Amino acid sequence: MAAGGVSPGGPLGAYVPGTSLLHRCPPGPKLLGLLVALTLAIRWPEYVAVPAVALFALARVPPRMALAQLRPLWLFLAVAFGFQVLAAGLGTAIEVVGGILLAVALASLVTLTTRVSAMLDALVVAARPLRRLGIDPDRVALLFALAIRSIPLITEIVRNVREAQCARGAGNNPIALAIPTMIRTLRAADALGEALIARGIDD
Amino acid sequence: MIEVERVTQRFGDRVILRDVTVTLAEPRIGVIGSNGSGKSTFARLLNGLVKPSEGRVTVDGFDTRREGGKVRRKVGFIFTDPDNQIVMPTVAEDVAFSLRRLKLSPDEARDRVAEALERFGLAGHADHPAHLLSGGQKQLLALASVLAAQPETIVCDEPTTLLDLRNTRRVGTLLSQLPQRVVLVTHDLDLLDEYDRVLVFDEGSLIIDDKPAPAVAAYRTLMASP
Ligand SMILES: Nc1ncnc2c1ncn2[C@@H]1O[C@H](COP(=O)(O)OP(=O)(O)O)[C@@H](O)[C@H]1O
Ligand SMILES: [Mg+2]
Repeated sequence: MAAGGVSPGGPLGAYVPGTSLLHRCPPGPKLLGLLVALTLAIRWPEYVAVPAVALFALARVPPRMALAQLRPLWLFLAVAFGFQVLAAGLGTAIEVVGGILLAVALASLVTLTTRVSAMLDALVVAARPLRRLGIDPDRVALLFALAIRSIPLITEIVRNVREAQCARGAGNNPIALAIPTMIRTLRAADALGEALIARGIDD
Repeated sequence: MIEVERVTQRFGDRVILRDVTVTLAEPRIGVIGSNGSGKSTFARLLNGLVKPSEGRVTVDGFDTRREGGKVRRKVGFIFTDPDNQIVMPTVAEDVAFSLRRLKLSPDEARDRVAEALERFGLAGHADHPAHLLSGGQKQLLALASVLAAQPETIVCDEPTTLLDLRNTRRVGTLLSQLPQRVVLVTHDLDLLDEYDRVLVFDEGSLIIDDKPAPAVAAYRTLMASP
């Protein structure tokens, strides 16, 4: 585990504990703020860059953590940048790629300073009108939580299957990978369903 | 008290459990038997995850077939693979998930979560993603989460099968110190030394029901014969 109570681990489920203004801001307003900030970031990245960095500092997110959130994006951004330079010139390329970079950074700033449970509670409130359609807002929130929880589970399954295939010399054949992955994922889903029942989901 | 009365369990036309009758009242009960002997099916019957095809299972008088919710509030369940029973993304949230049905105030819930994590040595990991815990810590989290709901009995289906020796001991010791009744399905026979009673299953039948020493000895003899 990384130092200082900080946990890495991808874009979801990573949380940097703290007491900053951003940590204390309720998730509803924070998500609305994000919406506004995203619009601005895409439209005028040059004006949003400095405030965005300031917000990271305000929330006391270690730079290493901030960069870790963006890491999965490098390849995509490099390709997008290349295309933009060829198609529209350097200025536009910087603007477009900078905008995307800022948008992702701002979104991850929200996830880094908001507990998943707080986000889910906000979701329950937001989903309340759905009750009229016969949809239980708590169920909606649970669905999202399970989706988030499933990401590392499936990642792990894919890794195991790939290792098993390599050990047998099957190489990286996508079908040889897809079928066992699917079977194991369905089995895990079954087991998770049983666990939910055992833990009182229906009571 | 859990009463299993004349339960026969079929999946399709295969008989998995054959006419099992047993009353579970002791604080520590072990369940052993070879692979496929029906231990997991027996364990799942106790909290209503499996409904008996014949006979009935009651927990303090509540029938698992009709009052599954009440039964599961009394009987917590620990699975072999903790990855499949951790349902929330972070450690503290997973414990909190167990408390939902208790409708506690936020303060009360927070205290209970903190207390449960403290007890299982996970206090420093409260806000960490659950998937980054070690295998042993994941099983401890599974225990913390199930026990936070304060069941009267916990049924554990091979909770140490995926763990190393150190974590097996640790989980075994924790289980032996719980105030709850424990029904432990296991292949780690030494965990059962101090238990009150051990049930041995073979090919779907409950063949031995005795103190640990004689039950384990009979099981070993059974496994050694061809
Ligand atoms: N849901 C099910 N459907 C069909 N067969 C099952 C099901 N659950 C268990 N079985 C079968 O029942 C037998 C006993 O299984 P189980 O109770 O898991 O034994 P154990 O836990 O002692 O290994 C096995 O042969 C298994 O294949
Ligand atoms: Mg089993």
